Amino acid sequence: MESAPHQTVLEIFEGPLDLLLYLIRKNEVDIYDIPIQRITRQYLDYLNLMQLLDLDVAGEFISMAATLMYIKSRLLLPEDEREELEEEEDPRWELVKQLLEYRQFKSLSNELHRMEVRQENYFTRSQREPPPPPPAEEAVEEISIFILLDAFSRVLSEASARQPAEMAPDPFTQEDGRRRVLERVGSGGKVSFLTLFDRGEARTRMVVVFLALLHMIQQKILRVVQEGHFGEILIERLSTDDPEDPTPEET
Amino acid sequence: MTEDTNPNFQESPDLKSVVEALLFASPEPISPSRLAALAGMGQDGGEITPTAIRQAVEELDGDYRLQGRAFEVSRIANGYRLQTRREYAPFIRKMFNPRRYSRLTHATLETLAIVAYKQPITKAEIEAIRGVSVDGVIKTLLDRELIKVLGQKEVLGRPYLYGTAQRFLEHFGLRSLGDLPILEEVGPSSPKRIETSSDLRKEPEFSAGAPEDQPEEAAEGKGETPEPRPDVE
Repeated sequence: MESAPHQTVLEIFEGPLDLLLYLIRKNEVDIYDIPIQRITRQYLDYLNLMQLLDLDVAGEFISMAATLMYIKSRLLLPEDEREELEEEEDPRWELVKQLLEYRQFKSLSNELHRMEVRQENYFTRSQREPPPPPPAEEAVEEISIFILLDAFSRVLSEASARQPAEMAPDPFTQEDGRRRVLERVGSGGKVSFLTLFDRGEARTRMVVVFLALLHMIQQKILRVVQEGHFGEILIERLSTDDPEDPTPEET
Repeated sequence: MTEDTNPNFQESPDLKSVVEALLFASPEPISPSRLAALAGMGQDGGEITPTAIRQAVEELDGDYRLQGRAFEVSRIANGYRLQTRREYAPFIRKMFNPRRYSRLTHATLETLAIVAYKQPITKAEIEAIRGVSVDGVIKTLLDRELIKVLGQKEVLGRPYLYGTAQRFLEHFGLRSLGDLPILEEVGPSSPKRIETSSDLRKEPEFSAGAPEDQPEEAAEGKGETPEPRPDVE
């Protein structure tokens, strides 16, 4: 089912609106009065990071970036030209409406989730066939991918402050990254996200380790949790079977 | 005990027992009208009203409760369903592989919430709200019989219109769509006025790399505390 895990490009299953809501919350700004320049800058930072990691950034992210730049340009018009602008709608309003509606459905989906869990307490005589496990592409993190990206970018920027450049190609493979993550996470308990990386190691190596982590989250081998909002990010082992290491019986 | 030796067995069994038998054997919730039609077959010509069905169900459920039985009749998905009581869940759960509970993912739940409140709705309309493609998610929801095609919209391309299926109500324990949490109106009708965009003056151009907050920006956040992000547990 999973073809060539080493080349699989990870897809991001959260969209541009999720990222914007995340930034609004993280910056503790008013959704009705979004500081568009700051949010745009941070949005583009995330976009760059996702592209650096070679994550499959959906076209929607790019088109939202364009929308943000457009709004920013409207707001940057000189005072006298803005006079007429203020007669019309605030250029941010379309986006704000979209964010509010989306946020509402996010919280409704949260409510649905609670109902779903509650319903698991009731059994009928003829249980339906268990539904097929969700396809791998559908796997979703326990916490937002943006929180992880955020944490990783901090690790990266700290690293880049200390080391100028990497010259020699690093023999550290994706498989090495995978092994390291599994080793450090161990079988029980939770470990801090930061323990996955070594101080002063090459940035390329950090990227490999981080990608290995993302893969295993998508495969539901690992789970990422956070202690409270913006608390420490913890990794834990979810299942012991590793679908990527099947020792092929035949041939 | 066989039917021959059952002392309670009568020529025409009482409605409560018929309803019990039907609920027991049904693979899915049965509506009161269907119960009435099915139960009416054995009766000598007499019509059975939905009221009589409701009474029979209530009595049956009352019996279970009084006798301390493990069952209850729940009102779900526009019908009745025989199910085990909540307190027995831990025992039953142990019997099954925990993997059977494949809960829906955030992406799936979000899409489902949009379909539930906005049905009938096309894929493009869902995507306009979520801001991402929903191809894979729609397929998952169709496969799991949580949504169904209601028809086609009479616009260019005649896209499918989706709505929730009966299984949706069952999955979330809803009696009907009217049981869904109320959808609140979204916000006031316009955003705050554009201030002299102090935001735009202060800021340096964005720099690629670390999306870290600059300390001097921290004071800018205006009072309102944003709602907790629903998908962060």
